[in-house]
Amino acid sequence: MSAQDVKQVDARALWQEAFEGARKRDVDFSSVSGSKLKGLYGPEDASVDFARDLGYPGQFPFTRGVHATMYRSRLWTMRQFAGFGSAQQTNERFKFLLEHGQTGLSTAFDFPTLMGYDSDHERSRGEVGQVGVAISSLRDMQTLMDGIPMADVSTSMTINGPAPILLAFYIACGERQGVDPKLLRGTVQNDILKEFQAQHAWIVPAEPALRMITDVMGYCSTHVPQWNTISISGYHIREAGSTAAQELAFTLANGMEYVKRGIAAGLDVDDFAPRLSFFFDSHIDFFEEIAKFRAARRIWARKMRDTFGAKDPKSWMVRFHTQTAGVTLTAQQPENNIVRTAFEALAAVLGGTQSLHTNSMDETLSLPTEKAVKIALRTQQIIAEETEVAHVIDPLAGSYFVEAQTNRLEAEAEKYFAEIERRGGVVPATEAGYIQREIHRSAVGYQAAVERGSKKVVGVNCYEEDHDRTPTIEIHKIDPAVERDQHQRLAEVRKKRDAAKAKSAIDDIRDACKGTDNLLERFVAAAHAECTLGEIAQVLRDEFGEYKEPKIL
Amino acid sequence: MTDRKIRVLVAKPGLDGHDRGAKTVASVLRDSGMEVIYTGLHQTPEMIAEVAVQEDVDVVGLSILSGAHMELFPRVREELKKRGLDHVLLTGGGIIPGEDMEKLESQGFAKLFGPGTRTDAIAEYIKTEMKRRWAHTS
Repeated sequence: MSAQDVKQVDARALWQEAFEGARKRDVDFSSVSGSKLKGLYGPEDASVDFARDLGYPGQFPFTRGVHATMYRSRLWTMRQFAGFGSAQQTNERFKFLLEHGQTGLSTAFDFPTLMGYDSDHERSRGEVGQVGVAISSLRDMQTLMDGIPMADVSTSMTINGPAPILLAFYIACGERQGVDPKLLRGTVQNDILKEFQAQHAWIVPAEPALRMITDVMGYCSTHVPQWNTISISGYHIREAGSTAAQELAFTLANGMEYVKRGIAAGLDVDDFAPRLSFFFDSHIDFFEEIAKFRAARRIWARKMRDTFGAKDPKSWMVRFHTQTAGVTLTAQQPENNIVRTAFEALAAVLGGTQSLHTNSMDETLSLPTEKAVKIALRTQQIIAEETEVAHVIDPLAGSYFVEAQTNRLEAEAEKYFAEIERRGGVVPATEAGYIQREIHRSAVGYQAAVERGSKKVVGVNCYEEDHDRTPTIEIHKIDPAVERDQHQRLAEVRKKRDAAKAKSAIDDIRDACKGTDNLLERFVAAAHAECTLGEIAQVLRDEFGEYKEPKIL
Repeated sequence: MTDRKIRVLVAKPGLDGHDRGAKTVASVLRDSGMEVIYTGLHQTPEMIAEVAVQEDVDVVGLSILSGAHMELFPRVREELKKRGLDHVLLTGGGIIPGEDMEKLESQGFAKLFGPGTRTDAIAEYIKTEMKRRWAHTS
């Protein structure tokens, strides 16, 4: 031991003594996910082999980012999720966002659309246009994209069960605008596994749903090559109550399942894997989230190269969208949500996100108003333009704490992968409710911690104010006329179309369901024949049956 | 009568897939000694009322975050009424603006709960309310 080392040991012992002897605040020193935290991290906590575990940005294992230059070449895409009421109203909101500097579109659909029902279906009553836009036909899609140059804008669509049908509407809509599908850029969420696990909008059971996903991957690799065919989503898993480690593990496990399915369907992994994208939550625990994004990149790169044998570096990359955490917003003192969202957005940027949605302060009360949406977008612009954080790539690398958290999250995810494997894989583990129970357990645990007071939420269990029940900010309400107008539009579509052509397109889908022909191709034809979403989804229900959720309570 | 367990149906009306709140409340009510039945997702008002009859529940708690409460809540109430279940304590919660809560409460809904509510407050409310009701009928 050199004299220097001896001095170090002394210093450490001295610190340890001072630290342990001191009085601490009476709080729970753990991450928001409940992981115990030390007061100080050092080299002994963060075992990192630079070449193996970090490397350089744009290089395996991508811990430091997927691009060599990151935000020096191009900032992240500012992509606010929007959709409400009619296609025309959402079209106006899209144009508003583009005018204010947004660089990509992101579509929220209403529940009937998410579940594959037309706006005039019995089960759609009262829900049309409420939490997103109602899109029942190609005509609605044309109204949604009216005046927006589809060759120039990238569009994300948050839809899963009926994802291939909505994608077909989008492709057909582009063709009507004269845009070659090869030029279309965007993402369809199309992640049915996390629907079963967390977000809960589905149509058919797992096997036919997974077949449709491989149909989308197959069709797009030749016809719509710039399209991201799945956005493998942790967001909803986290919002449903999971911890950071569970979000990471279940999302990547789902991703690996899609890769296995694609390979089993005869596709070359390097033909479809580069078009897989990811979507994560950015929660309120700043460092844990940054570590999570870094761990996601490292784990996926290793799995894709070493387990699945992908050769194209693009197949190894986790390119991801981030949304700030809706669950951290409070109805109490809603203006405080602007601050929460800013911290969460900053974590996403320091974690190297490719695109970002910042939540609006009023979203625990209703859909956001224009003013609230603008503040949310400006929050990203302030991070991008004023804070100077975008100048340096992966600025927290080498932080003992952040590297230790990155390692911990990777190790916890690996434990879950093994457990899922032990249960026969993701599909059996989901059908048996294992993943749902894990998420539920975490949700209940967190709620109990808030009620005990060991986790604090400003305005909810500390620093409360009286006038809690009535919100003090303006609320966005959906006009019931939207539903009536949709009924009329659908009646017109059905009346004006060539009935024989529509019927034959539906028959073709039925045949493809019974066989192995690519369903997306049939959906595009049906879109052009003006078949509605509900009509197409009904064929799927008839042929494949409906998904039934396992009982977990 | 006081030993009787309160039977609660926690239900998700409509197409709304948000079940974190409903399941959390269901677990807490169960832990606090009630018999809890959870319907699962995507229930029509008719389905909910049918389960309420079959399970002979004292309380129905609806959870909704889809904005469709003004359509679906009154319809659940109608379906319960049709089946002679006017006496059931009909409560609920979710993302419901204050003015809508007041409207629903004036139409015969019991107390409705918004975001940030403590789950033990919900359990306490149900227990107090049922105690009061059972004291009246016994």
